[in-house]
This record gives sequence, C-alpha cells and structure tokens, in this order.
Amino acid sequence: MSYEFIGVAVFLPLGGFIVNGLLGSRIKNEHAVGLIGSGSVGAAFLIAVALFVQMLGSPVEERTHLVELFRWISAGSVQVSFAYQVDPLSILMMLIVTGVGFLIHVYSIGYMHGDRGFWRFFAYLNLFIFMMLNLIMADNFLLMFLGWEGVGLCSYLLIGFWYDRKFEKGTTGDAAKKAFIVNRIGDFGFLIGMFLLFTTFGTLNFTSVFAQAAGLPMGAPVLTWITLALFLGATGKSAQIPLFVWLPDAMAGPTPVSALIHAATMVTAGVYMVARCSVLFAFAPITMEVVAIIGAGTALFAATIGLVQNDIKKVLAYSTISQLGYMFLALGVGAFSAGIFHVLTHAFFKALLFLGSGAVIHAMHEEQDIRKMGGLKDALPTTFRTFLIGTIAIAGIPPLAGFFSKDEILWKAFAGGHAVLWFVGLAGAGVTAFYMFRLLALTFEGEKRWDAGKHPHEAPATMTVPLIALAFLSVAGGFVGVPASLGGGNAIEQWLEPVFERAGRVLPSPAHPSVALEYVLMALSVGMAIAGIVLARTWYLRRKEVPERLSQRFARAYRLLWNKYYVDEVYDAVVVTPTVQGSEKLLWKGIDVGIIDWCINTGAKMIGLLSKTVRVVQTGLAQSYVFVFLLGVVVILGWMLAH
Amino acid sequence: MSVPLPYYLGLSALLFVVGVAGVLTRRNAIVVFMSIELMLNSVNLTLIAFSSFLGNVNGQVLVLLVMAVAAAEAAVGLAIVIALFRNKQTVNINEINILKW
Repeated sequence: MSYEFIGVAVFLPLGGFIVNGLLGSRIKNEHAVGLIGSGSVGAAFLIAVALFVQMLGSPVEERTHLVELFRWISAGSVQVSFAYQVDPLSILMMLIVTGVGFLIHVYSIGYMHGDRGFWRFFAYLNLFIFMMLNLIMADNFLLMFLGWEGVGLCSYLLIGFWYDRKFEKGTTGDAAKKAFIVNRIGDFGFLIGMFLLFTTFGTLNFTSVFAQAAGLPMGAPVLTWITLALFLGATGKSAQIPLFVWLPDAMAGPTPVSALIHAATMVTAGVYMVARCSVLFAFAPITMEVVAIIGAGTALFAATIGLVQNDIKKVLAYSTISQLGYMFLALGVGAFSAGIFHVLTHAFFKALLFLGSGAVIHAMHEEQDIRKMGGLKDALPTTFRTFLIGTIAIAGIPPLAGFFSKDEILWKAFAGGHAVLWFVGLAGAGVTAFYMFRLLALTFEGEKRWDAGKHPHEAPATMTVPLIALAFLSVAGGFVGVPASLGGGNAIEQWLEPVFERAGRVLPSPAHPSVALEYVLMALSVGMAIAGIVLARTWYLRRKEVPERLSQRFARAYRLLWNKYYVDEVYDAVVVTPTVQGSEKLLWKGIDVGIIDWCINTGAKMIGLLSKTVRVVQTGLAQSYVFVFLLGVVVILGWMLAH
Repeated sequence: MSVPLPYYLGLSALLFVVGVAGVLTRRNAIVVFMSIELMLNSVNLTLIAFSSFLGNVNGQVLVLLVMAVAAAEAAVGLAIVIALFRNKQTVNINEINILKW
C-alpha cells in the first residue's frame, strides 16, 4: 500500500463529519448515523494498520515518508505545504487515535442512544478525529497548529454539547468557555514559539527546522525561549500546572468525550508535540528541567486532589492530569519513548476507565456522586470486571500495561540522576493506587447507597464490547515495552528509536546503574502501589470510620484538598476578577466611555453650536440670496476695475 | 447711417438694471421671472450690437444659444411656479421660504 493513502485516512473522518453534519438531522436513523461516524474512523484505523504493517516490513532508514497533498500557503518566504509526515512516531499516535477513537465511537452509539443531538455528537467526534490526525501527521508547525486549534474547537463544542444542562455553579457552556479560554493562553505560547522558530530558521517545516537546530550550540538562548513557549502551549493542551484548571470542568461533556478527548487523545497532544520537537528540547537543558519538574509536580499535585473527590468523573479527571504529569516527567528527563509509551498505555486504561464510568453513570441515571453508589458489581458485572482491570493497570501492578510504562518513566528519571523527581513520581504512584481503589470500592463494592427506585442494569453490547476490547488492551498493551532487565526487547523503544535518535545523541547519556538496582526500584514502586491498594481497601470497605476520622483530625488539609488547593479561587482573584473589573471600570467606563466617546460627542456638540450661529444666514428667501450675489458681483467688478 | 455702439450698450445696461431691480424688489414670482428674461435679453442685445459692430458672427450664434436656453428655462421655471401655486395657493415669493433650516 502506498503511503499516499495517509491522505485518504485523514480525510475519511472529515467526510463523516460533512455527511453527518449536513444530513444527520434528516437521516433520522441512529444506526445509519452511528455507522457513518464509526465507520469512517474504523476505515482510517484499517489504513493506519496497513501502513504500520508495511512500515514494520521496511528497513529502519526507509520508515519516514513525506506526503504532500498541496501547497497551502505561498507568500514570499513563507512556504507551507499541506503535507503529512508518516514515520514511526506519527503512525503509532495515529493507531492510538483511530483505534481507541473507533472503540469510543462504537461505545457512543449505545451511550448517546435517544439523545436529540445524536447526529450532532457524531459529527463533532468525526471532526475531532480529523483535526487530531492533522495535528499528528503534520510535517510542519503550522499544519500542526491547525490541528491543535481544531481539536480545541471540538473540545469546546463537545464539552458544551448539552448546552442546556446545569453544571456545578453555571452551565456546561461555562465549562466549555473555560476550557477554550485557558487553552487560548497555551496557544498563545505555541504561536510565540512558532514566530520565534520562523524568525530563527526561516521555515516551519519539521525536517529543516530540526536539521538546522541540530547545528546550533547546546543551550542556545533562542532554543530555550522557543521550547519554553512551545511548552507553555503543551501545558495548556495537556492540562499541566499552571493551566490544568480546565480539565476537571471539561467533565461537563458527555462521558465518551471525556474518554476520547480528555483522556486518550487530545490531552496527549502536548506530549506528542514535545516528543516531535525532541531535538529542540534536547538542545535546551533548562527547558528540559522545567518540563521534568512541572511534570513530576503535576503528577503528585493532581493525584492528591483526586484522593478526596466524590464525583466519579472528577476523580478520573485529576487522575488524567496526574498521568499526563508522568508523561512530561519522562520527556523532561529525556526518556521520550517512555513518555510516548505511557501515552499508549494510558490511552487504553484511561479510556477504559472513563467508558466504564460512563456505563455506571448510564446505569445510575446520570448520577455521578460515588457516595450514592456502592455495591454495583452484581448489577454491572462486565463493567465491574473491566473497570477492575483498568484500575489495576493504572495502579501499576505487573504485568498490566500501566506497570511497564510508569516503571519505565520512574526508572529513567532515577537513572538520569533526578532522584527527587523519581521520589515525587513514586509517591504519586502510591497515591494513584489509593484513590483508584477508593473509587472502585465506593462505586462497585460495599453496601448499596442508592435509592430503591433505581434498577441499575448492564449496558448494551455496543457499550460493553469496547470495554472488553480496551480491557484486553490494558492487559496486553504493556508487553510492547517490556524492559531488557525483565527479559523483554522493549519493542516500542526500538520502534521509536529512529525518531529520537538525533535528540538522543546530544542528551547526556544516563549512567547505567546495575540491573539489581532496577529490580529494587521496581519492587519499591510495586510495593507503593500495593500499599495504596491495601490501605484503600481497608479504609473504605472494612474500617469505614478511618477516613471520616482522618478528615476531621486533619480538617485543614482535608479542606485544602477538597477545594483543590483553591487554585480556581486564586486564579479568579488574581486573573479573572482583575481582568473583568479592569475591563469594565478602566477600559469600558474609563477609556471607552470617558475618553473616546467624550471626544466624539464633544466634537459633534461643537459643530452643532457653530452651525446654530451660521445657519441664520439661510433665510429661504430667494431674493436675499440674489441681493448678496449682486453685492458680490459689484465688489468683484469694482475690484477688477480698480486694478 | 447706423446707430453708434454706445447707444446700444446704454440701452442694454438700462434694461439690465431694470431687470435686476425687478428681481430684487418684486414679490410676484411671475414678475421676478419676467425680470430675469429682461436681463437675459439685455445681454442678447449687447451681443448682437458687438457682433454687428465687429462684423463677427459668433455673437449672433451665442444669442441663438441663449434664446434656446432661455426657452427651456422658462418652461421649467413656469412649471415650478405652477407646482408651487398648487401646493401653497400663492406665488408670493416672500411666502415661499420653506427651503431653510
């Protein structure tokens, strides 16, 4: 199969968007709409698989292909092609996006059944996949930015999908706006980065930018600024400190959206972007340090918030932020392939967890508070089993997927000499295991805390089949990255090696501590996870008074966590309120009304006054005009005669 | 034995002044209108006189042109006066002063 087919694969979901978006309301048949929506993504997935298999069969140096569809922008020195770059990294991301995306589309057929916006939902999902594929496959920064903004738009549309529903203090529209505006701040950083790139290198094309960057001296200031600006974009899209506040609110959207956009794909765009620009980042050690610290900090910070949340999706949202933090930790310590590996496994188990939570919410008639659940494992056996697998996977128990990727990250952090960051990550792993098993215990086990009037029932096959598929992937997905110390070939690292080869050459090669140390660290992280699990099961199933007592004893700490460290409140006080007040009092009433409007109005008044005095000469009597005219003629003639 | 040029010019100037005085002082729109015709014709007289005196035909051509324009102007002007009269029942130009602030 020719690599040109990548264009077909990318544009298939756009076709689905156009068909469903224009004709969806007339089709009036959920099966047809769902088939078009999932089919277009499924077909893209098949093409991606075919290309992947073909790439597997070709020698390493022939695995990168550029496919130019057309010349997009041609203005002076700005030359931008609408071109796709098919290489091991992008094809892997494409497999994740279309594969997990397809499963979520199928799930949505069951989840969105009966919704009056059914066709609209599938149209948005398809548009999202199209934009995401552009982001991934782009061979230049501008096309990537197109996808970057496009997925942001789809995220906005889908968070506010149920625009007439209440959400927390406002509506889902408020949550959508928050996501969009916070992302705009990050996008501003991305734009600045692109401008700097263009002024420095004169092009936005990946290949030539990276080739030129490799010729710059290590730690060149311009590269530090570029990468810091790009990383600001990544913190927005991938919900890292300081721009993570939008992701918990993004849970206002339908659950498949949370699974697809806010767990598996879009939020990993920042990780992908940093990995794609690995050369630039490798030449900016300061930025690498910032990335690693922010990643590790976010991993622990968000995990601790997840400890006390009671909304099933909120817990998963903070968990996602935390896991994204691990990915950035990996990137920051130079373990790019470990970061991408975690993107892969996280896509499996987090999509699984979100879809499982969707099945629970579906069964509980839109109830999301885990205090009002409990004992659901009998009513929802399939959901429970798959959710359990996802929970074990994210907790990092071998041999499920999460263990391999998370351990790879922690190991690389430690081996790279970042012992503190390693410890933060380790602590985060324990916290993760705790809050996930707390969630599991409160939702599925223990006594029933829901109204007798509710009769939870297992979801239809369109929803359970994707769950089972994702559960299988959560179990098996990790085996593509078994480290050498455990007798594996770390296939994914080898697969991605050519992409990160150039960055790897300039990064300080990590010391190679003994394999024995690696085993010890591995045992430590598994021990942490088991400790978290045991603690959660004891506290939330057998000795339920303990959490209660703890929350009273450490009331201040509990309130701090419960209120998410007051980050939203601080942002409101420091950024939002001054902006709103400043806009109203200074810009609107001060400058606009007080100065600009005043100038215009006063000018008009002056002219009015002037005309009031001048207009009396216009009497309307023709003869008076004639008289003046005659006088004029006499004066002019007299003057002419005098000279 | 022809009449000398200054006589023509004097008559013409006299006619012109009569026209101007009429335009400035009379209140009846028709009379004002006739005064304007008087002014036009005084100029015609001057042109004819000079044409004949200088032996140049251009002045006579110009007079024909002026008469044509005057005819058109008379048609339009009288139409306006009639339209005004229909609306305001008067041709007194002191009362026709609506074209002002």
